[in-house]
Amino acid sequence: MSTVIERPAATAEVPATRPKVREKKRWGLTITGVVVALVFLFPYVIMLIGAFKTRREILKVPPTYLPQDWAPENFVNMWGTPETPLPWNLFSTIVISLGGTALALLAALPAAYYTARHNFRLKVPFLLLVLITQMLQPTVLASGLFREFVTLEINDTRLAMILVNAAFNLSFAVWIMHSFFASVPKEIEEAAWLDGCSRGQSLRRIMLPLVWPGIVTAVIFTFIACWNEFAASLILLPTDTNQPLTVALTRFIGQYESAWQYVFAVSIIGILPVVALFALIEKHLVSGLTAGGVK
Amino acid sequence: MAQIADTPRGNPALRRRARRQTTLQALPWLAPALILIIGVVLFPIGYMIYTSFRDLSQFGKDRGWAGLENYERVFGLDQLPRVATNTVFWVVGVVALSIGLGLVLAQFLNKRFPGRKVLRMIIIVPWAASVVMTSTVFVYGLDPFYGIINHFLVDVGILDVPFGFLKNPLPGFLAAMFVAVFVSVPFTTFVFLAGLQTVPQDVLEAAQIDGANRVQTYWRVVFPYLRGALVVATIINVINVFNNLPILKTMTGAIPGYDADTTTSLMFKIIQNDRQIDTASALSVVNFVVVVVVIGIYLRVVRPMRED
Repeated sequence: MSTVIERPAATAEVPATRPKVREKKRWGLTITGVVVALVFLFPYVIMLIGAFKTRREILKVPPTYLPQDWAPENFVNMWGTPETPLPWNLFSTIVISLGGTALALLAALPAAYYTARHNFRLKVPFLLLVLITQMLQPTVLASGLFREFVTLEINDTRLAMILVNAAFNLSFAVWIMHSFFASVPKEIEEAAWLDGCSRGQSLRRIMLPLVWPGIVTAVIFTFIACWNEFAASLILLPTDTNQPLTVALTRFIGQYESAWQYVFAVSIIGILPVVALFALIEKHLVSGLTAGGVK
Repeated sequence: MAQIADTPRGNPALRRRARRQTTLQALPWLAPALILIIGVVLFPIGYMIYTSFRDLSQFGKDRGWAGLENYERVFGLDQLPRVATNTVFWVVGVVALSIGLGLVLAQFLNKRFPGRKVLRMIIIVPWAASVVMTSTVFVYGLDPFYGIINHFLVDVGILDVPFGFLKNPLPGFLAAMFVAVFVSVPFTTFVFLAGLQTVPQDVLEAAQIDGANRVQTYWRVVFPYLRGALVVATIINVINVFNNLPILKTMTGAIPGYDADTTTSLMFKIIQNDRQIDTASALSVVNFVVVVVVIGIYLRVVRPMRED
């Protein structure tokens, strides 16, 4: 069993003590690795190829593996279809993601700093409460959220989704930043105070550079979680211009006719930025998601 | 820590006042987070429980007290036994498979070989990508007419003719389980990889010197270090899989009836198709109790705040 280690641990590194001499190139494992990579990538390869097929070809029986006519115009035409107002959907996704991330950070940053620096009686109950919100997902509270937003008259607005996303991603942001703040020795900060720094100055000049990776991780993770959110948006945003890309996508899939080429073109647009951002923070993800329960 | 040093030691009354003061001092720092949690998590829980005892019209008009009627309706649903069985099967099956595959994959990724870093980045893709987007590929690919996965399975000889995976409840549900495992494995793998970093190298070498074979080394030496990771991965996966709506909505949502539903997707259908917010609330309260029990187990077993 493990305890919380108050230090952002680099999960990716192999112990440095390991003798390098024993390592020989093990290409046999690489071959297995290629197979594993293919298994994890094949849906996204299908997606990418499908995004370049014409409507006629993607519904062809039997299907073709590679497009006979490449149709890059899908990426242009998808913005003006009768199924869904895609420019609005992209706008919604961006507004909800930026708003949700900003709000989550605004709420998490002071809490993470204070709980890492001070002991007070309600510290543990507070952190437990935060942790519990991570395990409660909006899906299980959907009907309560729906009723609340109807009462507040903000149902079916992007504001409602900003609030939902911020609240349910708060936990990760608090935990990851808490562990970064706690890893900075208090003496460093106290030395700065002795040298005449104000509390604000020491925060800005001493703490901020040291905890920056934690903040970046929190921001990126929250942004991606907002970007991918589906279930709550599906229930809380009936108006098509308010819906994010994840929900809009399903409108291309009809009971009788589906515009798969657009489903996949939208998906490519939706997935690429997120995967790139995700790769940047991979090292810190596990410690944040498990609230230090593993490392 | 400095706060403790500042506390007057002798007089208990003074000490208590000092502690109350620090809690008051903490409030401005915690207030934004607390407001968000109370407003968007705790209040909706209360409202949901309240709604589950009310009688609501389809347009959301509150028609007064309903007693246990909503719960009676939920527990009287003909499809409930099937849906409950599905839910258990769904959660246990998906989580067990994800844990098993995650353990194997983490062990593999912990070895050194050319291209390991690239492979780690590739495995991240299903974790980072939107689950709806991943699911739709399978909806398309498994179509019996134009589906490319079906076509491939026929071409390599696994199937004789294309099969309508998503046309019937059982194969549809199994296909959805496959996708759920597919998107859960990356996170699980990374939790185990983090766990593997806690295995001390000298202990491994000692086991080798003592003549332990690889199976013995794994189960007797490595695996005990993974216990924490195992508990965390299991519980977080149980929560995520139990609450999962996107996969079932996109893959089996079009199948008539409720034979491929879990309690979560049933709740969604009651809101979306039947517009019965009151009945949906009662079912959500039942789901909520399940989640609370899982959280309770998590806090008991993992004790995430042990340092304090």
